This record gives sequence, C-alpha cells and structure tokens, in this order.
Amino acid sequence: MTTKAGTTLAADPSDPSPPAVRLLRRRGVEFTLTVVAVLLSVYGYCAVGLAKNGTVPPGATDYGAGLGVLALLAHLVVRLRAPYADPLPLPIAVLLNGLGLVLINRLDLETPADQAAPAQLNWSTLGVALFITVVALLRDHRVLQRYAYVSVVAALALLALPILFPPVNGARIWVRISGFSIQPGEFAKVLLALFFASYLAANRNALAYAGRQIWRFKRLQLPTGRVLGPIVTIWLLSVGVLVLERDLGTSLLFFGLFVIMLYVATGRTGWIAVGLLLACVGAVAVGWLEPHVHSRVEDWLHPFASIEAGQGPNQLVQSLFAFAAGGPLGTGLGLGHSILIGFAVKSDFILATAGEELGLAGLAAIFLLYALLVERGYRTGLALRDPFGRLLATGLASIVALQVFVIAGGVTGLIPLTGMAMPFLAQGGSSVVTNWIIVALLIRLSDSARRQDDRGTLPQGPYDSAEGRGA
Amino acid sequence: MTKYIRRAAALCALLLLALLVNATRVQVFQSRVYDDNPANRRPEIARWGRPRGDIMVEGRPVTGSKDTGEQLRYERTYRDGPLYAPVTGFASQVYGTTFLEHARDSVLDGSDPLLSFLPLWNDIARDQNAGGEVVTTLQEAAQRAAYLGLGARRGAVAALEPATGRVLALVSRPSYDPGVLSGNGREVAEAWARLNGDASRPMLNRAVRQTYPPGSTFKVVTAAAALDAGVITDVDAPTRSPAPYTLPGTTTSLSNEVEGCENASLRYAFEWSCNTVFAKLGVDVGLGAMTDTARAFGFNDPGLRIPFSVAPSSFDTEMDRAQLALSSIGQYDTRATPLQMALVTAAVANGGSVRSPYLVERTTTASGRTVATSGAHTLRQAMTPATARHLRDLMRGVVEYGTGANAALRHATVGGKTGTAQHGIGNSGTPFAWFIGWAQSDDALEPGVAVAVVVEDAEAERGEISGGGDAAPIAREVMRAVLRNTD
Repeated sequence: MTTKAGTTLAADPSDPSPPAVRLLRRRGVEFTLTVVAVLLSVYGYCAVGLAKNGTVPPGATDYGAGLGVLALLAHLVVRLRAPYADPLPLPIAVLLNGLGLVLINRLDLETPADQAAPAQLNWSTLGVALFITVVALLRDHRVLQRYAYVSVVAALALLALPILFPPVNGARIWVRISGFSIQPGEFAKVLLALFFASYLAANRNALAYAGRQIWRFKRLQLPTGRVLGPIVTIWLLSVGVLVLERDLGTSLLFFGLFVIMLYVATGRTGWIAVGLLLACVGAVAVGWLEPHVHSRVEDWLHPFASIEAGQGPNQLVQSLFAFAAGGPLGTGLGLGHSILIGFAVKSDFILATAGEELGLAGLAAIFLLYALLVERGYRTGLALRDPFGRLLATGLASIVALQVFVIAGGVTGLIPLTGMAMPFLAQGGSSVVTNWIIVALLIRLSDSARRQDDRGTLPQGPYDSAEGRGA
Repeated sequence: MTKYIRRAAALCALLLLALLVNATRVQVFQSRVYDDNPANRRPEIARWGRPRGDIMVEGRPVTGSKDTGEQLRYERTYRDGPLYAPVTGFASQVYGTTFLEHARDSVLDGSDPLLSFLPLWNDIARDQNAGGEVVTTLQEAAQRAAYLGLGARRGAVAALEPATGRVLALVSRPSYDPGVLSGNGREVAEAWARLNGDASRPMLNRAVRQTYPPGSTFKVVTAAAALDAGVITDVDAPTRSPAPYTLPGTTTSLSNEVEGCENASLRYAFEWSCNTVFAKLGVDVGLGAMTDTARAFGFNDPGLRIPFSVAPSSFDTEMDRAQLALSSIGQYDTRATPLQMALVTAAVANGGSVRSPYLVERTTTASGRTVATSGAHTLRQAMTPATARHLRDLMRGVVEYGTGANAALRHATVGGKTGTAQHGIGNSGTPFAWFIGWAQSDDALEPGVAVAVVVEDAEAERGEISGGGDAAPIAREVMRAVLRNTD
C-alpha cells in the first residue's frame, strides 16, 4: 500500500499506464467545478430573493460577477503556478465561501441595520488575494521550514495581542482598531501548524526513539527534555494564553492539532494517551474554575434549564430549534427563522441557518464538502515525501476538520459550545482570510506532491524520507 | 508515518461521522421535541406569517389583515369593530383569540386540513393554505338596528330566524374595537389593561355569556308548561288564582303591578303580566313538568355552541313550592342569556320546535370553495304545535292590547312579551328591562324573526322602567330591519 501511496493520487487509479508518464493536470476539472460552485452560489442568492420578495434580487449579477471573477483569478493562478495541484480544494472553497455569503446576505435581510455581507465579500476578496499571493510567490513549500521560529514568535505575539484590548461578549480575542476588528488567533493557527510541522519534522527521530523508557514492556518512552521541552512550552503558552482570553474553541483546536501532529510525527500511541489525560485534567480544572466555561458546560448538559427557569430559550436552544425546524429537507433558503438565535447568528451559529433552510440534506452536503477538503489534505500528506510537507498537510487538514467539529458539534449540542468560526461559511474576516491561506498552502503542497513524480521538476530535498517510496 | 497519517484521517472521518449522526438525531428523530417546545416561536411566526381569512357578513368582510413587516407579520383589522365584536371576538398576537376568531381559528389561519384539496398534501409539499373564510348568518341591518337601538345603554340583543335557527343579530353594549388588541406592541398591552379594568366590562359578550333573571318573559315558558300539562285548557277561562298570592308554605305575599289579576284568564294575565297568576300556575304545573319544559326550551344545557360556547341558562331543578312560584315568573334562581330568550320566542314562532341556533352559514377556502356548511336542525320539541299556536295568539295580544304596544309594526304581525326583572340584594338594583318577540310579515307564511332584548341600566327612574318602554322599541327596530331585508 505504501509503495503506491504517491502514485494513487497522481493519476486515476483505474488508469493502467505509469503515472509518471501520464500525469494529468486536471485543470479543466477544476475549472468546471469552480464554475459549478459559482453558479450554485448565484442560484442560492436568487433563491433567497425569490423566497423573500418574489423577485430575483437586483444584486444577483453583481454578486455572481464578483464571486466569479474571484474564483476565476484563483483558478488562473493555480493553472499558471501550480498546474499539478489537486483540482478539488479550490472549488470546495469557492462553494463554501459563496454559500456563506448567501447565508449572511439572507440574514442581513432580517437585520436591515446591521449588514454583514458586504464586509464579508471584502474579506473574501482579501482572502483570495492572499491565496493568489501564496500560490504565486511560494514556489516550494520547503522554504517555509526556514521560518519555523519566526512563525512561532509571530503566532505567540498574535495570540497575546488581544489581551491588550477589551473583551467582547466574554472573550478577549478581538483587536479593534478604528472600527476594524480582527481575530489574530485565527492567523496563529497556520503559523503554529507551520512551527509544529517544522520542529517535529526535524526532531521526530529524537522524539520517537530517544529518551527514557518509562514502561518497560510497552513502547511508551518519554523523550529527553531538550527535545520535548520547546514544543511543549510553545503549546502550553498558546493554550494558556487562550484560556486567559477565554477562547475555548481555539484552545481546543490547538490542543487537538498538537496531539495529532505529535502522533503522526512519532507514531507513539502513548502520546495520545498522555494528551487525552492532560486534556481531561485541563478541561476539568478549567470547567471548575472558569465560570464562563462552567456555564457553557451547564448549557450543554441542560439546554432547557433557562426555559424552565422562565428566562426564555438561550442561544443553544434557539439553535437546536432551528435545526429541528429544518428537518430532513429544510424550509428552503430564506424561509427559516434562525434569526431568533440572536447576535451570533451570522458568525458562530451560521450552521443553524444552513440546517434550518437546507435541512439535513444540505447539512450533510456541507459536512461532506468539508470532509472532502480534509480528505484531500490528508491525501496530499500521504503523497508527499518530505516529512515537513507531510506534517504540514496533515496539520492543515486537521485544522479544518477540528474547526468544523468543534463549532458544528457545539451548535448541534454534541459537545459544549465554544466559540469558533465555521471555515468559509461564518461571518468573520480573519477566519475567511486564514482559511483561504490554508487552501493556498494545500494547493501548493498537492502541486508539489504530484510534481515530484514528474521527474526532475522537484529535486529531492535533504528532508525527503524513504517512506514515500516504501521502506 | 503513512500509517499514522491514515489513522489521523480515520479520526477526522470519525469526528465528521459523529457530526452527521448527531445532526440526524436533532433534525429527524428529536425534531418533534424541539418543535413542540412552547418556547419555540416558529409556530407563532408561521401562524401570523400569512393573512388570516375573513369573517363575512352578507358577502362583505368585517375583518381584514394588515402587513406590518414585523416578525409576526400580519395583524388583524376590523371593519365596524365594536358593532361585530360579540360575533368576531378578537384575534390578538398576544392575548389569543375569542368567539368566531377562536371557534373557527383553524379555518381562518389556514391550518385546517379540510382547506387542502388532498389530505396530507401540505405535509408533503411544506405548503400552507391561505386562510379560509367564515360566512356568518348575520344581517347587517338587523345588527346595526340593535346596536343603535341600545345606544349608550348596557344590554344585549339576540335575533334568530325561527324556522332555521340562523342568528341574525348578536349585539352587546358597551362594546369595544377588537382591532386595538391585534398587534403585540405596548399600546396593545395598554388597551388590554384598559378594557379589562373598565367597570362597564366592554369585552363581556352580554348576548351569549351573561345570564340575567328573565323576569316576566319567562312566563312564556310557564304558560307553555301549563298548556302542555293540561293545567289550562281554555286561555280565556278564569284561573281561580288569588291576588295577592301567598307563596305556598310562607307568609310572603306576592302582588301585581296591574289591576284585575284576581281570577284573571291566562290571556289577560299574559297580556298584562300578572305575577300572581303565573306563580300559582307554576306551582300547579309542578316542579317536574316545569323543569321538563324549561329544559326542552334549552335551559340547563351546558353544551350549546353557535359555534362558540353559550353560557348555560338555568332553571333550578330542586326547589320548594315557594321558590318554584317565584321561578315561574322568572325570578329566584332562574337565569337566561338573551340568546336563550330569543330561542324561547323562536320556538313559539316556529310551532313549538327549537331549532339549534347557528352563526356560521358555511366556511370556504380563500378561493370560495365551500368546506363545510351548517344546516338547520331541530334541537328539541319544546311544546306541542297546538300550545305554540295558543302562545302565538297570547303574544300577539301583548303587542296589540297589552304591555308590548311599543313593538308593533305596520304590515306585520308581531307577538311579544315584556319583562322587568328585579335583581340585587332585596331587589335593590335597577331592574333589567326585557322584551322578547317575533314578527311575521303580512305576506309571509311564517314568522321571519325572533328577538330578545335586555337593557341593564335604562336611564329611567326605577318605577318607570319596563320592558315595554325600554326594550320593546329596540326589538321593533330589529324586527323591522329583518322583515325589510327579507322582502
């Protein structure tokens, strides 16, 4: 299986000819799917207008043209600078971003005083611009390895920045400068993944095989403090800062990211056990000491408590009402009442609008889009041969998966609710921009993964492992 | 590393699978629990999201809907709100619905499954029917005549078509505009508080929800019982009754307001409303026969709906003979709604049979397809046709020669009975003035209208108040309006 890991992706598995010779670029597929994604978004935009006012909304052509131009530019830069890239991530990102704009625009109709869609479109434009910049300027992902320590310093600085600013709705994660607000923690995700990937790739042997054996018959070995120390410190710092800022979702994300990447790098199941143990201790401690967290857990355990106490339904219950109202097929775009959720309906709770108006069918489709994006990320990780690239692809894919799980699980009552933006769907500039950068990196990585089979294009680097070709 | 990447991927797949399973739980298996939670506002938003169907009077809507653009989008409006309030009731986003708005709510708000062409179609299509229409039996002219007739006085009017039981007018005063309760703003709460705090109780539907001592109008029932039971065989024969009459088993003596009641014939006693004669008649008929007749007229029936519920009128079933004597002249515990007294006079006009009263002619879809119709049906035979004939004769005499002269109409035969009901502790309250009657156009084969009028606080001196003076003119105008309308 491992012998074929690099080649299965490179070409259609049913294609009998050697992949190195018949490497397909698949840019036509990407183009077609991107056009479909734009058309689906425009269709959604029109459906909202038809449902609410009985007419095709006047902004439909502008919206379609705007999204279309962005998607086309993104596609062109991929075609020119990453011709071997995986054809799926870009159309998925376009569709999710387009759907997010449709949903936010739809909710804007209920809140005439608070229009979020134009800003979201601007942020999406910035996101696509950064996507283009990354794909165009970053020729080899291994260059990033050099900036590991720069990125970790930047990540910590970004994480610490909001402490200087006043909290918003109980969380200290925003930086507001003259009406402009960003969440620096969002950008820190990518930087931290970059650092983890770089550090673990460089030290994985030391982490996996050196150090004290603490359980003789099992293979649980603690690495030496010199190797483990820096990374645990970084991780503890970032999670600690987030707890201070009460950004539960992001601390959960960083924790999961750290454990997954450490596991993938070292293959030590023991790390998972230690990680979970630490997580439980941390969660109980935080849940006990921090009233903000405590109330979230209480809400999760007893969602109807506020109704029984006569205080009316809380946000989580309103969200569950919205999902339930959607049923299997949904009420139809524009015909739900998720606005009842209140202030976070366009951001953290955007999925409830999708759940109510598109139903379980639409929700499943959205989940599958994310699943597909994550799966393409992991495939890229499998296909790449350098440990840094593999770890980076795995980390980025895990970021997407964990984000989706943390917020979707929260708003559907699967796990306690923690604030987090649904990638591409939710209102939130920092999140949209970050996720476009993640997709840009995945595009670059997948281009490298397939290019390495196209002999000579990508020279074997010093970090290349033998595993890709089967050891 | 490949193996571990695959495992991490499997973990992510597991997480997404958990999301899907949980979403299915919330959206499919537990959705009913969430949908039915009273804190969920969606049913209410859906309910007010479409304009309500209209309530129609003689082909014209007396209701309407106003698009407010708010979350609860359509508000109810009313044409001539105070005039029709006892029929329409209100449809408030805060305080619920009453009367026809309540009784035919599912048709008006479009949720009634009968409105769809195919059963269960709406469940499949997630479609909602437009609100249906409720066509009433009211006649606008009669309603207006009653409303104007009562004027600023407290009271109520109920008019029926004797042959069918169709309700032609249902008026209660003082009234209110149900439109002020439609929305959900602060002014609605204020209006609600004001209406509920008003001592004159404008939201009380006096025609169907308030019972009054019927006073002398109840003598129609007593006379019917006496004739049916054979206690009286000749309406013109002397009754051998003393005046004043000492209530059996007591030393209390009952007197009359008019002369000539001693040993008066039933006809004289009826026309001039002799208390002594009817008190003795009731005792002679006996408790059993009296309660049977009262029940046949509709007393003691808690289940009457037209289609909203009507307060039960009562005739006590366990009394001593003195109480029975007083009950037989509509005092003691006897109480009746104006609608009940209209039923009494309608039974007389209709040959003794009581038609079940109804207010809704039919309900239709928004496009006019009939969904359901109300047909006339007999509730009970209150008396023999012969007795009914005698009573018609007696009632005509009241208008032609007796206390009800104010109800007389040209080109029509009018029968009636006046009443002045004492009430309050020691009869201290201002008496209620009653008139019940029926009218038959000279060119018609049967009476076209039966009406009951009660005036609570006629602005007259206590001694002057009487059914003939205060209530009969109102009844006359209502009957005139109906007969004119029928022509």
